[in-house]
Amino acid sequence: MTQLALVIDLNVCVGCHACVTSCKEWNTSGSAGPLVDQNPYSAEPTGTFFNRVQTFEIGEFPATETLHLPKSCLHCEEPPCVPVCPTGASYKRKEDGIVLVDYDKCIGCKYCAWACPYGAREFDEQNKVMKKCTLCVDRIYDQSLAEADRKPACVKACPTSARLFGDIHDPASEVSMAIRGNGGYQLMPEWSTQPANHYLPRRQSRMKIHPDELERSDNPRKLDAQLPKPGTAGPTIEDAVGW
Amino acid sequence: MRPTLSVILLTTLIGAGQGLFLALYSVQLYALFHLLPAPDARAFYAAGSLLALLLLAAGLTASFFHLGHPERAWRAATQWRTSWLSREVIVLPALMGSVCLFGAAHWIDWRPALASLPSGALVDVTLLLGALATVLTFALFLCSAMIYACLPFLREWHSPLTVLNFILLGGASGFTLATAFAVQAAPPLVGFLAGWALIITGLGLAARLWSLIRNYRLRPRSTIQTAIGVKHPKVVQKSQGAMGGSFNTREFFHGASPSTMRSVLWGFPLLAFALPAALVSVGLASDLPAAFVAAFATQFVGLLGERWFFFAQAHHPQNLYYQSIS
Repeated sequence: MTQLALVIDLNVCVGCHACVTSCKEWNTSGSAGPLVDQNPYSAEPTGTFFNRVQTFEIGEFPATETLHLPKSCLHCEEPPCVPVCPTGASYKRKEDGIVLVDYDKCIGCKYCAWACPYGAREFDEQNKVMKKCTLCVDRIYDQSLAEADRKPACVKACPTSARLFGDIHDPASEVSMAIRGNGGYQLMPEWSTQPANHYLPRRQSRMKIHPDELERSDNPRKLDAQLPKPGTAGPTIEDAVGW
Repeated sequence: MRPTLSVILLTTLIGAGQGLFLALYSVQLYALFHLLPAPDARAFYAAGSLLALLLLAAGLTASFFHLGHPERAWRAATQWRTSWLSREVIVLPALMGSVCLFGAAHWIDWRPALASLPSGALVDVTLLLGALATVLTFALFLCSAMIYACLPFLREWHSPLTVLNFILLGGASGFTLATAFAVQAAPPLVGFLAGWALIITGLGLAARLWSLIRNYRLRPRSTIQTAIGVKHPKVVQKSQGAMGGSFNTREFFHGASPSTMRSVLWGFPLLAFALPAALVSVGLASDLPAAFVAAFATQFVGLLGERWFFFAQAHHPQNLYYQSIS
């Protein structure tokens, strides 16, 4: 069994939104029709996106860290959005585990969006159907593209290679090894949705330095500060061994 | 969650229709055993079924306004194996059909006897049609409520109390309506129906208070820490990836001020339970038929508020990702 997924390295993501714009560009130009926006150049621009980059501040100033979290459909292995769909428009592909919406069957009742704890689905206000990340299903199998280009648009766009794409059920795949070796985790594990997408945590390189490592014990600058020699009145090593 | 008018109307209207039908059929069962005087079949059962049918049809019509593609609504009947919404889509028309047949059989007085009970009472076709419609009524209550109760992370909804409340609140409004209806159609039954309206309204209040207390005590299982997978007590969102809002900010936040929430919280028990009970009691004591109509109207408005609050009170975990714009 194959389960395609993204693995996103939060240690590397710089929050540049290149994956967002690349995703939007590819998926608004595809055969499934545009990903429309409302008021794109007005005061309240809004629209449908498959992918969002969100930013969180961890800790309190001055001890803060910034975390950029790219969030798209996680292609759960137990997707709660699929069984609730009354029309069968929402489905999970057996062959590669991608969760998709059939835009021709969707009645736009939004129940699947209610059933997704991650808010990964966004309703298209113009086409009146539910939309979500397709893992660029129209791209990853396209034989007319070069082998290296058969990846989701977001993965191709990422300037820091924070996004990996592959089969997480294949233990030897790049993504599986990244999850195993770098502490890959899932979002909201408490709902047993088994998200296929994993995140690699931010990792901080810290050195443990002991005080005696900061100065050489034979540092010549210490010569003047050497301890006084023991007095002649006290016992010496020679007293112990000289008889 | 953002309460949607179409869904509020759907659930309250069909609830009242279902309750009204249950009231009609209760009367027929009681009359079968001579516990109540048999009402005029056309004026009470047939006209009452028509009223119930109108409420169910109005609810069904309202539900279409919730859909992006109403012309594809027929597809919603296909996934009954997994989806409670799909089951509701099947059961609601089935109930409408059986209520229609029940009313029609009473209207044309088509009551061939199927069997006779030891007491001598005749079991006729209308009784069988009514039994079928009763099963479908409870099935519809179950389906409508399970649409909400089956979502585990909407914890305010994920409880058997949701099903209980749908049954009791639908039943309460239906029996209150039946009381108001019986004033014209079958005056001897007013006392019986008003009594049950009071009992079910009281039970509805108790069950709803129970669920309000349960929801008040709920502690969120998802936190911003589990949402982004960072173990630190203080995590603050700094951007959500869009400045002008998105579907996620529109669909999952009710947008009402805390004072509005408080007013509805204190207002709906008053309008849906206390005032209708008082008005029904006034109607019983003073023989003032308008009191029963006022009781139903008040209760229905109260139940609209109750359903609004039901939606608004539910916290969706996706909101953790949409805490601040920038």
